[in-house]
Amino acid sequence: MKRWLPYGCIALLAVVPFAPVPLYYLHLAILILIMGLICTGWSLMGKFGLVSLGHGGFMGIAVYPMALLWNHYGLTPWLGAPIGVGLAVLLGVLIGYPAFRFRVVGHYFALITLALGEVVRLSIIAARELTGGSLGMTPLRVQPITDVSWYAVQFTDKRYFYVIALVAWLGGLWAWRLVNRSMARSALEAISEDEVAAASVGIHVTSQKLRITLLSAAMTGLGAIMLGQYNQYLNPNSLSGISISLEIVFASIVGGMYTMLGPTIGALITIVFRESLRAYFGATLTGMAETIYGLLLILFIIFMPRGLWGFVVARFAHPTGDTSRLEVAATR
Amino acid sequence: MLLVDSVSKSFGGFLAVNQVSFEVKQGEILGLIGPNGSGKSTLFNLISGTYKPTGGTVRFEQRDITNLPPDRICHLGIARTFQIPRPFKKLSLLENVVLSAYFGDDALRSEAEARRRAEQALETVGLPTDAGVSVQSLGAAGLKKLELARALSTQPRLLLADESLGGLDHQEMEQAADMLHRIRSDLGITIVWVEHIMGVLMKVVDRVLVLDYGEKIAEGLPQAVATDPKVIEVYLGDQIALA
Ligand SMILES: Nc1ncnc2c1ncn2[C@@H]1O[C@H](COP(=O)(O)OP(=O)(O)O)[C@@H](O)[C@H]1O
Ligand SMILES: [Mg+2]
Repeated sequence: MKRWLPYGCIALLAVVPFAPVPLYYLHLAILILIMGLICTGWSLMGKFGLVSLGHGGFMGIAVYPMALLWNHYGLTPWLGAPIGVGLAVLLGVLIGYPAFRFRVVGHYFALITLALGEVVRLSIIAARELTGGSLGMTPLRVQPITDVSWYAVQFTDKRYFYVIALVAWLGGLWAWRLVNRSMARSALEAISEDEVAAASVGIHVTSQKLRITLLSAAMTGLGAIMLGQYNQYLNPNSLSGISISLEIVFASIVGGMYTMLGPTIGALITIVFRESLRAYFGATLTGMAETIYGLLLILFIIFMPRGLWGFVVARFAHPTGDTSRLEVAATR
Repeated sequence: MLLVDSVSKSFGGFLAVNQVSFEVKQGEILGLIGPNGSGKSTLFNLISGTYKPTGGTVRFEQRDITNLPPDRICHLGIARTFQIPRPFKKLSLLENVVLSAYFGDDALRSEAEARRRAEQALETVGLPTDAGVSVQSLGAAGLKKLELARALSTQPRLLLADESLGGLDHQEMEQAADMLHRIRSDLGITIVWVEHIMGVLMKVVDRVLVLDYGEKIAEGLPQAVATDPKVIEVYLGDQIALA
């Protein structure tokens, strides 16, 4: 019974778009799945103490090249996407290798990554001839115009994107599971606690950290590519920079970065929250969401450090509150 | 087997280890003693690659390992324990040792084999091998044993044991000394054993090396060293109990 539960849920998620679901909800679901993938990628680092405040950098560097290659050379996103993901991974090496090699850890690592997100955003804005700067850019419509173009990955029907996003998100969860069941997980836990002791038993600290960073960068880049392709609109402020970087952090912490579904639950909460704020306050109270995010983040870090989902899982698995097992349960 | 050649380490002008040279012979237990702060742990950190020496060279089995990183040195066959135990608290006891067995041998690709080696190491030191035991449940003696088990699981040929007796009561000390002896005789592992207190150590080791203020002041058989005037002066005579 319990074994089949995940498959049942996946089957249910797969048929959702074929039920009469209002388009707006389908739209939200797509955004949640994509942000869920990105936050899952972020948490793969975050849960091992590699707190990045610059994942927006991996987003921007992945999605813009893909869109530019399409607009200028007509290169299909099926090729543009791997190039974009490759560039995100390359950026991961560029920032990760020196940082890990020279033992930049904790707050200092967070600060370096903070700069990373902004550098990418400012670069995109600076290249406004090409990227449209702060005004953003639109991928060209495929010619001749059709409703379904697999070549251009442009669909008027949202259900196509839903299925693509669902597959990518499941791929992200699968990556999470692979990591969790590998020796790399133990190694990264050990490294997050004590790098000197980890190295003394033969663990190559730099390469372990680098590998998880590259996986995280790739997942984030892929998520960004899907966001840009789905929205058919790219904006440096929403696909790079501090704002989106912090949103990823916020969602992951609120949902719970130590559990497989936590980051996705966090993405769901943030997206639903952002949408309802917009519905109630309209555009009059810009900055309201960020303020409330900040406040909630502090409250969560103090009172629910394992996030909402981490809390639920721990309670559900061990209602008696045996904390030592609780920790373990929440990690798996 | 190990050749330490006028190795020095200074921390911002302070010489913690000053041109120390010695050799460790295959199959022996070498005792390394000296008062607190005499540079024993620092010397271990230099051999195991945790610190880079400011001078001198370290050779292990004919190979220059002076500037190799700690993970490489571990793969070459030198394992070390930490004076103050550094367990990975987020991992279970068994996971701590499986991890070390798996990564400690760079040719090893099998988790099953890592587990087998881990269980063997845990049995050698007398710790439980079941998966559920947490590190938090271990006391001071248990944590010392975990340090040893982790080191042994990497299949070393040379073991650097740093103050395995610190914080133990007399009976635990005897047991620990006995264990090191067994590790040498049963597993054929060469040992350098650091201790601040001389008592139990002197009965087990083949040779002794004495450090004071980062310098080697004596080296030789336990009997000879214990009666060396320089050593007696350092220890104020009172701690040298061979009985
Ligand atoms: N990382 C370090 N930074 C500065 N000083 C150190 C460091 N490690 C050790 N020392 C100093 O070096 C000296 C030798 O220390 P240590 O090797 O730990 O002595 P022992 O193990 O013999 O008690 C001490 O004075 C200690 O304060
Ligand atoms: Mg010491």
